[in-house]
Amino acid sequence: MTPLLEVKDLRIGFKTAEDTVENVNFSLNKGQTLAIVGESGSGKTLCCRSVLGVLPKTAQIRSGQILFTTGNTNTDLLKLNERQLREIRGDRISMIFQEPMRSLSPLHKIGHQVSEVLELHRNCSKRKVKQDVLEKFARVGFVDPERAYNAYPFEMSGGMLQRAMIAMAMIAKPDLLIADEPTTALDVTTQAQVLGLIKDLQVETGMAVILVTHDLGVVANMADQVVVMNKGKIMESGESRLVLSSPAHPYTKKLFATAPIIPETPEMTPPVAHDDLILDMHNISKTFQARSTSAWKAPVLIKALRGVDLQLQRGKTLAVVGESGSGKSTCARIALGTEKPDHGGSVKFIAEQNAEPVEVQSLDFASKCAFQKQAQMVFQDPYSSLSPRMQIRDTLTEPLDIHAIGTKSERSDRAQEVLQQVGLDGNMLRRYPHAFSGGQRQRLSIARALILNPKLLVCDEPTSALDVSVQDQILTLLEEIRDQRQLSYLFISHDLAVVARIADEVAVMRQGLVVEQAPPCTLFANPKHPYTKALIAAQPEPDIHRPIDLDLVALGAGAPGSWADAYRFDKTTIPPLTEIETGHKVRCYA
Amino acid sequence: MAILPDGRYIDDAPYSENSNFSTAERPELDAPNWVLVWRRFKQHKLGLISGIFLLLAYLMLPIAGFIAPYTPNERHVDHLYAPPQAVHWFNDGQFIGPHVLPITATADLENFRWVYSADETKPMKLEFFCENEPYKLFGLIKAERHLFCAPYGATLFILGSDRLGRDVFSRILYGAQLSLTVGLIGITVSFIFGIFFGSIAGYFGGRIDWLIQRVIEILRSLPELPLWLALSAAVPSHWGPVAVFFIISIILGILDWPGLARAVRSKFLSLREEEYVKAAEMMGAKPARIIGRHLLPNFSSHLIASAMLSIPAMILGETALSFLGLGLRAPAVSWGVMLNDAQNLAAIEIYPWTASPMLVIILVVLAFNFLGDGLRDSLNPYES
Repeated sequence: MTPLLEVKDLRIGFKTAEDTVENVNFSLNKGQTLAIVGESGSGKTLCCRSVLGVLPKTAQIRSGQILFTTGNTNTDLLKLNERQLREIRGDRISMIFQEPMRSLSPLHKIGHQVSEVLELHRNCSKRKVKQDVLEKFARVGFVDPERAYNAYPFEMSGGMLQRAMIAMAMIAKPDLLIADEPTTALDVTTQAQVLGLIKDLQVETGMAVILVTHDLGVVANMADQVVVMNKGKIMESGESRLVLSSPAHPYTKKLFATAPIIPETPEMTPPVAHDDLILDMHNISKTFQARSTSAWKAPVLIKALRGVDLQLQRGKTLAVVGESGSGKSTCARIALGTEKPDHGGSVKFIAEQNAEPVEVQSLDFASKCAFQKQAQMVFQDPYSSLSPRMQIRDTLTEPLDIHAIGTKSERSDRAQEVLQQVGLDGNMLRRYPHAFSGGQRQRLSIARALILNPKLLVCDEPTSALDVSVQDQILTLLEEIRDQRQLSYLFISHDLAVVARIADEVAVMRQGLVVEQAPPCTLFANPKHPYTKALIAAQPEPDIHRPIDLDLVALGAGAPGSWADAYRFDKTTIPPLTEIETGHKVRCYA
Repeated sequence: MAILPDGRYIDDAPYSENSNFSTAERPELDAPNWVLVWRRFKQHKLGLISGIFLLLAYLMLPIAGFIAPYTPNERHVDHLYAPPQAVHWFNDGQFIGPHVLPITATADLENFRWVYSADETKPMKLEFFCENEPYKLFGLIKAERHLFCAPYGATLFILGSDRLGRDVFSRILYGAQLSLTVGLIGITVSFIFGIFFGSIAGYFGGRIDWLIQRVIEILRSLPELPLWLALSAAVPSHWGPVAVFFIISIILGILDWPGLARAVRSKFLSLREEEYVKAAEMMGAKPARIIGRHLLPNFSSHLIASAMLSIPAMILGETALSFLGLGLRAPAVSWGVMLNDAQNLAAIEIYPWTASPMLVIILVVLAFNFLGDGLRDSLNPYES
């Protein structure tokens, strides 16, 4: 049987530079799923984009063939002209992108954008088109397809938009769907549902899928074939069953070793005592004002946090986990005093054991300065957290300069010292941050946070913008530093698997409330809250024998109003956070 | 390449992990921002050429008197409205070096115009480093030497002469001294106001932002031309040309800042969200430090590009005001003043060279635009 798509000896390069993608070969049969896995810069996106001829302007395809076979016709996609390619795009081969927010035009109704595909490729009446689109909308999981048809992209959440994108990609019943990191920008529960949807649609229509991803867990759940790429070359390729169960190439092995997983049988550790706190947040609420839809109505109040209590024990790590919009980052900012909680909340910072607590929410300028020496933050995006205009030395010594500590040469020495602590070489001081990779920059960012010798470090998703193997290194580094310096971490993350590794205690948040709180072992072995269960179930594991349990995800991922009676909450009635065993609290009616 | 028995493909090239954390991933980006911008700007040919042209033009300003064969208000009563004269190299098939042919005027009494005829039998060689009318080098040093001038008994009007018999070419060079600098002074004023108000509005937001926004909107809603007219009409007429010149540039600057303030504000708003700014805030940096050390340096290149794009507007503004007779006035020389002389349609039709400052204005304005474009394209050197 001739494969549906066959890529032979593909080489792609930029301008005059050497090949960015070298000798890539793979083939894909009808109805199969091929996953291309790799870290950033591995060339995986270039490969899949070359199939549709949508490469960046400066990239050229230097050699190779991409054979696409439908029915009895066999065409080399690289030899087609722009016009012939347009016939194929959207009709025979379609594509889904990473950022659903940015891949739909904000000015057009979603229904019209989806209909456009049919209007371009099929010659049928407007009514028929609309009917088809509505059917497809119903199929991808819109409860009210008519409403979705008339909605604008900004009215919908990321997950819903990605469903609309899938509807758009599927509407012309293509033979091949290319999904470029389709779920990377989504929350983990939404990711699980979108992946499930793609899988179902594939079974229904018999199309083939090329799935580009960096996540081995996604591969294990979706793919028949897998291609592992690194630096533009294929490291290993073959049936995913074989590659995933016994990786042969050292690079694949490394990927597996570094992928964070939720342990199946976690080690039991005793619950964290709360007798020597460094940070005590009590009854924290935060209300934001948003402009209302009409100019004459009062502004809408949005409750980002609704009475959160968090205690961080000295020398321990408290992780706050939740999806986007759960209020976890607001929590971090309030802990550092950059935002004030609503009246009635208090944040106490106790620098030393038995020291006088500092009320973070009501500091004057001088005491705030003193507090800032003790508590620092590590940011999410290593590409925006270092000023491109400043040499690394200036960036690192700036905190010392602000607090007027030491002479110039002492500051330099200190910078050298922290640089070595984070595993970097002292000769980097005179360089500029843009020369370095994401992992290196994250180390620099950590070094800057450490230079004032803080007691508390707030890490706001410090690894979520990094590749898996780099993420592993950064987590190791954070663990080392914590143990060396007796630091306490408030660790914000959306990823349970990361948290499983580093945290001593985990608080799961949903819509501004802590729904469950326990040490990781208890939480993973014995999750009680439906939302926690959904989060754990939705986590894709790089193990083909542990597929995502979509039913469990669906049960907990919906609105809090859809949960079982004991857990349900809405705007006014909220169940209390009940301690059901030592150190394990669940928001439910006992 | 190897195929395993189960059909898997494995790359068998030796694989080693890169475990040195200190090697730069993209060493070509390890340089201060301006080096990176320059590297990229060099590839923008049009911008580079424009930049060189403007650089030469500005370098010429202090020594304009040396380059110009005549002084700006030197009159040649025998040569009113003389047409442009060519500099010849050959006479009668013989090479004799750069020379001019003397011209004499006869009155065409039928059409009431001067008709000039050149005497081809008397080629007269140009003189170099000759002494002529005195002028001031750098506006300070008295000097009499000119780069080149006409020999005694001949004239050298490269771009013709005007109504009063003054050399247009020399006047363009002298006019550049005012016309080109008006843009610089205006832009300085506009920058000071624009950056100050824009950064306050962008950084603090809230009420201050609201107030500044409204002021900007009001300023922008005023019709420009009548306002210019009113402001320059308010300049006392007995003031000297230099004082008028300063006032004009400052007026232009004051009217220009709202656009810049808006650009600064929006850039501030987006830069504020950058994590390095948040990091500085969390370290305890004061607003002045954050604005000065983190925000301004990171969009100074934007500022320079937008300055390049707004200087032409200043130059055109000065020209327009002077053309209308409300800007600079004779005896000051600027391109607008020169064009003011060429207002008469009949004069332009019969003596088109009197409008030649227009060509220079077009050249300079285009050059600024190309330069600004080139800079804008190379502003973000971190993208590949």
